[in-house]
Amino acid sequence: MPADTRKPIDAALELKSVTKSFHTKGRTVRALDAVSVAVKHGIVTGLIGPDGAGKTTLMRLATGLLTPDQGTISVLNIDAVSQPQRVQSVVGYMPQRFGLYEDLSVKENLDLYSDLHAVPEADRASHYSDLMRMTGLAPFMRRLAGKLSGGMKQKLGLACSLVGTPPLLLLDEPTVGVDPVSRRELWAIIHRLVEERSATVLLSTAYLDEAERCNEVILLHEGKLLGQDEPAAFTRQLAGRSFHVFAPHMSKRALQERISQAPGVLDATIQGSRVRVVTEQAVVPTAEQIVGGAAPDMQIAPVAARFEDSFVALLKGSVDVPPTARAAPAFTAAAPSCTPSGEDVIVVRNLSRRFGDFYAVRDVSFTVGRGEVFGLLGANGAGKSTTFRMLCGLLPASEGTLRVAGVDLRSAAARARARVGYMAQKFSLYGDLSVGENLRFFSSAYRLEGGHQRERVEWALAEFELGPFADATSRDLPLGFKQRLALAVALMHEPDILFLDEPTSGVDPLGRREFWRRINALAERGITILVTTHFMEEAEYCDRLVIMAQGRILAQGTSEEMRTRFRSNALPNPTMEDAFVALIAAAENHQVGSAA
Amino acid sequence: MNAELIMRLRGLIRKEALQILRDPSSIAIAFVMPVILLLIFGYGVSLDARRVPLALVCENPNRDTASFTAGFFQSPYFVPVRFGTVQEAEEAMRARMVDGIVWLRSDFSRRMLNGGNAAIGLLVNGVDANNARIIEGYLQQVWAVWLAKFDAAQGLPLRIPVQVDARVWFNPSVTSTDFLVPGLIAVIMTLTGALLTAMVVAREWERGTMEAVLVTPASIHEIILSKLIPYFVLGMGGMGLSVAMAVWLFGVPLRGSLWLLLASSSVFLLCALGMGLLISVVSKNQFVAGQIAIIVTFLPAFILSGFVFDIRSMPAAIELITHIVAARYFVTILQTLFLAGNVWRLIVPNILALVIMAGIFLGLARRASHKSLE
Repeated sequence: MPADTRKPIDAALELKSVTKSFHTKGRTVRALDAVSVAVKHGIVTGLIGPDGAGKTTLMRLATGLLTPDQGTISVLNIDAVSQPQRVQSVVGYMPQRFGLYEDLSVKENLDLYSDLHAVPEADRASHYSDLMRMTGLAPFMRRLAGKLSGGMKQKLGLACSLVGTPPLLLLDEPTVGVDPVSRRELWAIIHRLVEERSATVLLSTAYLDEAERCNEVILLHEGKLLGQDEPAAFTRQLAGRSFHVFAPHMSKRALQERISQAPGVLDATIQGSRVRVVTEQAVVPTAEQIVGGAAPDMQIAPVAARFEDSFVALLKGSVDVPPTARAAPAFTAAAPSCTPSGEDVIVVRNLSRRFGDFYAVRDVSFTVGRGEVFGLLGANGAGKSTTFRMLCGLLPASEGTLRVAGVDLRSAAARARARVGYMAQKFSLYGDLSVGENLRFFSSAYRLEGGHQRERVEWALAEFELGPFADATSRDLPLGFKQRLALAVALMHEPDILFLDEPTSGVDPLGRREFWRRINALAERGITILVTTHFMEEAEYCDRLVIMAQGRILAQGTSEEMRTRFRSNALPNPTMEDAFVALIAAAENHQVGSAA
Repeated sequence: MNAELIMRLRGLIRKEALQILRDPSSIAIAFVMPVILLLIFGYGVSLDARRVPLALVCENPNRDTASFTAGFFQSPYFVPVRFGTVQEAEEAMRARMVDGIVWLRSDFSRRMLNGGNAAIGLLVNGVDANNARIIEGYLQQVWAVWLAKFDAAQGLPLRIPVQVDARVWFNPSVTSTDFLVPGLIAVIMTLTGALLTAMVVAREWERGTMEAVLVTPASIHEIILSKLIPYFVLGMGGMGLSVAMAVWLFGVPLRGSLWLLLASSSVFLLCALGMGLLISVVSKNQFVAGQIAIIVTFLPAFILSGFVFDIRSMPAAIELITHIVAARYFVTILQTLFLAGNVWRLIVPNILALVIMAGIFLGLARRASHKSLE
């Protein structure tokens, strides 16, 4: 294609008032609503938003895989609507599941995409060695793609989309579910690409903390464009509006609850032992203002704004937020605030689980006290789910002891299960049943009958504000409501222990806050909560946590303890992710050291 | 441009070949399944009545009855069991221990010599109508042969004025294997052509690899061709294996020309591949694709192709439906080529029908495929 006939290009990718709807079973979902964006050349643009924001739809429109209902799309000055094949021939695209052939080796996958992009045989050797150097996959050329770890698959997927040396790279959620170390490596590769080859990258992600790694950010929510700017520009608007509040004589959860009700407060989240507050005005609030009374030893310190703060501010400002999400009630029952007592509700000692000669979980020990929120943090494949299944009595342990609510799981798994509420990672209720039917079915599965069952169903509908949806089909509920229903179901039999498996993955920040307010209220009433997550930031909500990798526990303690362990001059204010990456590196050094 | 096209096509085909070699399930469907089906139908299932348990009731045993019943003991078709009374024999038939009763009354010899009418009684279990007819036929033959010998020995005139000289064409020994195996090959080809293709294309949609391949310079024609060519080769391989087994293992004669067999198989395979592609494009899900492929291609090939059940004896409405079952035409071609030879009058219209159907299915599959997700 002769380059000289092209007009000067302003944007690598340009969408003008693009609308796209999907119709399924009589329902119409507007995935994108009059979205206009322009992606600039030679930089990394992040397409950021929670599940259902329209990120994948935008990517597929840009590749010509979908056609818009309205609007125009121009990719490298080619009209994607009328000439999809020309677009598909020049862009590099990595779909959500990487597009790898798992029964082909690394080299065979590269060969396939080289053939498809007609890369001359003579150029391949140098080309591959370049890509392998970048991705660190050189030692695995002969390995089947299906046998690679999640992080390596992601890098191979990226390499495959790069073989045609495309000027524009479209990456759809490349970092989802991958451990933080691989995530950082991937970001390093992407930035090197942009520098060395002056490539243009559009990358979608649901992780808000990745916004700061982009040169520019497009913020989407429920199909609508919230804004497009440099990440710093988003946070700049919030300058002087973020604070850490610490009150030594108050439980952090009670403190957070009170602050979030205060006027002039946009957002209040727990961060370690403190509460992070975002205010409407750039004025340092007084204790009087935020807790409605004198609190002499309360410390209020300004902190730097995060991208998530601005996202929440934008959402609360521009989106019609249902009133319930604005102020999710702490549970109406007047519960005495209770601090974790000394009693251990969950005891795990030297727990191991073998599959053949592979240890999915190895020598894991921890205890959880009553009313404590305890986290299991780790990437996919770290052993969290296996540990969880053993705690639920769904999978027998190979070695070690497991006691839940004073009951040994080896001898009386069913009795322990009656005391435990479980909320699975994916929406695991019956999508074809209505909300009320789901509640009745699951309560009867826990042997609630007659008047008592009716009472509990009424309670759930009222407590979770599901009353108006009692007859709605569960499948059609918005994600946040599905999650509420799942939590209600887990609480039907009034358990004193609650297991949550990746409870907020894919939920937008407001939904996540609402969910955690409910969880905090439960913890305040003495219910013990065990939660798994791969969201590093979610660890802040936990009283204590363990970090797992490759089936082992790397560290145990409060999130603050972990962060301070890795405080240095280079990193005066390490995040949970920094701590995690440092822990993994330390563990690997240790392995190398002991092997030598 | 042309060199690039060949490079892309080569890359896609090589990928497909590697996947076939590494995935035991596609090899199993293409090569192990035909062997198993052929062994079951070749050795296990037979439409011939053989070793039928038969009750012999001889109320007054003598030289004549002994010479008659001896015929049964020598026949490969019967396993005779002697019973003292008819009541006992009937009891055995109710218990399904025997499928027929031959009853020689006490006045057997007298009736024979008097030239009277048939002195034997025959009771056949009619639950399996097909079997019952076959037993009846065999028995009549045994009776006729014995009667002729008896009359000759006694110096009596022949009681049967016209001897039936039956000759069975195309399958002189009337073995059902010769008839079943060619039809079975059509079923096997449907399996590799439609089921395997439907599953592997749906798998690409399910795993998200199709989405990645769509966003490359490869055109939709190249993507379709890259699926057709490898599975065409695989299907012809399965075909070759089946023909070899038919001829050398089961001794089915191949009277037609090999070239005609190759040509008609190619056309049929294209037809099956077209159906498979169409199914996968519509369903995009391995489970659904497998279900649809079995219901709309494999089962009709089994039931409505004339492979086991004669089409002419079907009700008119069902017979009409068989016309859209591609396997029907191929079964006719195969049975003709194997058992009769190059009967052009039969083969040409059937091949034409297959050409038309292949065109329709491949055309529909092409029209249904787009380089888009909608």
